[in-house]
Parts: sequence; C-alpha cells; structure tokens
Amino acid sequence: MSANLLALWYLAASVLFILALKGLSSPVSARRGNLFGMVGMAIAVLVTLAITKNVAFILVAAAVGGTIGALVARRVQMTQMPELVAAMHSLVGMAAVLIAIAVVNNPSAFGIPDPMPRGNRLELFIGSFVGAVTFSGSVIAFGKLAGLGKKFRLFSSAPVAFGGQHVLNLVLAIVMVAFGVAFFLGEGRAWAPFAAMLAIAFALGVLIIIPIGGADMPVVISMLNSYSGWAAAGIGFSLNNTMLIIAGSLVGSSGAILSYIMCKAMNRSFISVIMGGFGAAEGTAAADGGDKTVRSGSAEDAAFLLANAESVVIVPGYGLAVARAQHAVKEMAQKLIAKGVSVRYAIHPVAGRMPGHMNVLLAEAEVPYDQVFEMEDINGELGTTDVVLVLGANDVVNPLAHEKGSAIYGMPIIEAQKARTVLVNKRSMAVGYAGLDNPLFYMEKTMMVFGDAKKVVEDMVKALE
Amino acid sequence: MTGTIDPTVINLVVFVLAVFVGYHVIWNVTPALHTPLMSVTNAISSVIIVGAILAAGPYETDFGVILGAVAVGLAAVNVFGGFLVTQRMLEMFKKKTPKAEKEKA
Repeated sequence: MSANLLALWYLAASVLFILALKGLSSPVSARRGNLFGMVGMAIAVLVTLAITKNVAFILVAAAVGGTIGALVARRVQMTQMPELVAAMHSLVGMAAVLIAIAVVNNPSAFGIPDPMPRGNRLELFIGSFVGAVTFSGSVIAFGKLAGLGKKFRLFSSAPVAFGGQHVLNLVLAIVMVAFGVAFFLGEGRAWAPFAAMLAIAFALGVLIIIPIGGADMPVVISMLNSYSGWAAAGIGFSLNNTMLIIAGSLVGSSGAILSYIMCKAMNRSFISVIMGGFGAAEGTAAADGGDKTVRSGSAEDAAFLLANAESVVIVPGYGLAVARAQHAVKEMAQKLIAKGVSVRYAIHPVAGRMPGHMNVLLAEAEVPYDQVFEMEDINGELGTTDVVLVLGANDVVNPLAHEKGSAIYGMPIIEAQKARTVLVNKRSMAVGYAGLDNPLFYMEKTMMVFGDAKKVVEDMVKALE
Repeated sequence: MTGTIDPTVINLVVFVLAVFVGYHVIWNVTPALHTPLMSVTNAISSVIIVGAILAAGPYETDFGVILGAVAVGLAAVNVFGGFLVTQRMLEMFKKKTPKAEKEKA
C-alpha cells in the first residue's frame, strides 16, 4: 500500500470518528454514531496491519486485550462507569508511553529517520509525558472512585494534602522539562534524560490527583479524558500520523469542554479544582442556632402527598445511586403515572460521579428519556409544580446559591424551593460536600423523610398500592 | 519563499483544525449522553493502537517489539471495552414510546 493510499484510509477513519461524536447529539442517532466509530477503528487497524509484519503476533496481543475489554464492558455495573472510564484513561496513557519508548528504541520502525530529528524528539517528549501523567493520575482517580481509600491512603477520597505540595509539583515540573530539553538536545538514543523525564512525569501524575477531593471527581475524570486525547495527539505528531492527531484532538477538546461544564455546574474555577483540597472540611456544619425546626414525616405521608399531586418532579442525587434505588423510583413513578400524576425528573449536571452519569443510571432503570429533563429546561416550570421530591441530593438544591456571600453563591441549582411542596429524602441532616447547611430543609412547605433512599422509596411504593 | 513544508507544520494545521471541529461537535452533544461521550472518546483515543502495531511490527524481536505488543493489548482493551460499553449504554436510551424525540427536535 502506498503512503498516499494509507493516508486516505486514515482520513476516512478520521471522518468516521467525527461522525461518531456528532451522532451523540441525540439518543436517536447515537447508536449509528457508535457504529461509525467502530467502522473507523476497524479501517484504521486493518490498513495498519496491512503495512506491518508480525501480524499473527500482533493479533494475539489484540485478542487478549480485546477479550478482556469485551468482558469488562459486558459485566460492569452502571454505577461503576466512572471507575471504568478512569481505568481506560490510564490504559491510553500507558500505551502512549510504551509506544514512545519503542520509538526511542527504534525510530526506523515508524518511518522516522535514525537518529531521530529534533522535531520528532520534541513531539515525542510532549506525547510521552502527557501519557505518563495520564496513566498515573488515572490510576489514582480510579482508586479514589473505586473506594480503595480504606486500604491505601493514596487513594483516599478525602484530599491528601501536605505542606509545600504546590512548590514540590512546580519544582518537579521544571526538572521534568529540563530533562525533556536534555532529551531534545541529546545525541543518539539519549535514554537517560528520557527515562528520568518519564519517571518524574509518573510521579507528577500521582501528585496532581491526590489533593483533589471526591466531590471534584467529575472534573478530574473529564480532565484526564482530555489528557488522554492530548497524549494520543502528541504521539500522532511524533509519528507524523494525521489520523492520530485528529482523533487525539477530538478527545482532548471533548474532555476540556466537559471539564468546563462540570466546573461551571459546581461553581468552581478550574484552577481551584487543580489546586485541590476541596471537600476536606466535611461534617463541619454551619451550626447557626438550633431554633430552626424541621418537619419530618413517614414514607406513607410522602406517598399520600405524591398521590394527591397533579405534577411531581423528582430530583435524584448521587445518594440515590449509592442506595441503588433507581429501579424502586421508576416503579414509584409508574404507580403515580397510573394514578394520573405527571412525573418528570430534573437532572443537575453533577448529579452523578461523572458527566451524564445520572442519565445513564435512570436509563438503566428503564426510565423513558422523555421524562428526564436537564436543570435549565425544567427550572422555569418548578414554580407550578405541586411536589418536588428530592432523593439523595443536597447541594444541588441549596437555595443559598442565590445568596450573595454564601460559599456556593452563583452555583446553578435546581430550584426546588419554588415548588408548592418539597419532599426531601436524606439519611440524616448531615451537610453535603460543600459543607453548608441547606435552608430548603427548614422551609415550611418542606417535609423531610429520613432513611435509606431505597427503603424509603420502596415504602412509598407499598403505600401507593 | 521556497522549499517544502515541514511535516510538523502540516501536523500543526491538522491539529488546530481538528480542535475546532472537536469544539463545535462536542458542544452539540446532549448532556444526557455525556457518559457515553466519555466512553466513546476513550475508544477513539485508543486509535493509538496503530502506533502500537507499528511498534510491534519489526521482525527482530527486541524489547521495543515486546513493548509494542503490550501496548497493542492495552489499547485493544479500550477499543473493545470502549465501543461495547458505549453500545450497551446507548441501548438503554432506546425509545419505548416513539414520540419524545420529535418534541425535542
């Protein structure tokens, strides 16, 4: 196959990747989009196999990995998607690093002159350090998301912070760049600076992620998504492979946009997320006077209110997913719909552990997506809603976000306080990630239903019968 | 001005344009599908597997070839895992009553 023909096949694959992402603009076209992506990948792999040797050997390696991937894809729980995605980011990062090492070892296998020209060295340096940071950072993120913090402190979901952390990171980054420059200017293979640069990059990945708390995970996972794309693009530069550059840039910009959306939804600046330390002060509630009273009721009381409403909006939070109550909620909604109640769901962008997570969890419970609304689409209608049922959510319905001077001022919220009646299910009066008290709970029209979300919702279902 | 354009410059052109395409395409993705977006971008960035295939290609088996094969394996986990888990999620978004998408469109 001529180099030109190869490049054209790669172009076809690149276009298919763009179409794959474009398909995600609606649930209807998304499956076809995913198919485009698969076809693009098949083209990319097949034409590359056609120009290489050792095909059988490569296919064995691919079969082993592919089998593992397929099994994981089939077995993973939807609540575990954030962990899976973090694990997959780490694999992209590691693959980038391994390829970079192979390039240094034998540039001619990739059609790069040996010794490697300076330009390729620079690109390889960028691709491999981003890959290394992606790998180790994603491993830490995976550990935090998978709840390994109890066994290893490194994976603690509380921020791991120590004095001089930022200075240390900065110094390491400078030293890493210095080794990168040494690799760039070096003669021959220049293994020593390359290896030193990689080692520091791995350490940096760990150090960057450990101070970031559990609440900021949606940003972290999006950020690592972005890094994995830039790593692929960097490798594409050093191999002069435009398809890799295109695919990598698409993924890189996707992750960057998701990070931006998540930051905005949490009212946090990207810089402050990266600097970390957020979520450390959990449990330090704003104890401003004990004169506020909370009205609480049983699941049966709540069911009575729901059954007599005309319109109900359910606000699911991550507490719902933790309690695995999605199916019970769907059952309850069906019962209410059968009684002629209009039931809709309002989703805050950070309702889950990663962007769009809650939508997937509801879809898994077979909640039809035309009942599921994004925050900005439904907020305007909450004023005319009879009952808002908040399940396992706290900060995302905290009206303090509208009050100047509060820690979450400016954060977009689901305006549950506008509804005629508000039902809130929580396990206790504990504060959310932001460490703030929630005035919504003390409003006269609010009734708290304490208990595990699944138990409470199941009791409501029983009461509705 | 004479001479040929350096490949790095061409790469840079492609890169900048691709970032723009990415920017516009991604903003059109519906927020409900952000999780599938992440898993499919994972699969797409695993196209890095072509680099791994080239690394594993040479006949003389040295450690670069072994690393290449390992990279092929890692990337293949993502290629299959990423696309299949995306498909699995998107199946859940399948319509049962075929009316809502017309409202949205």
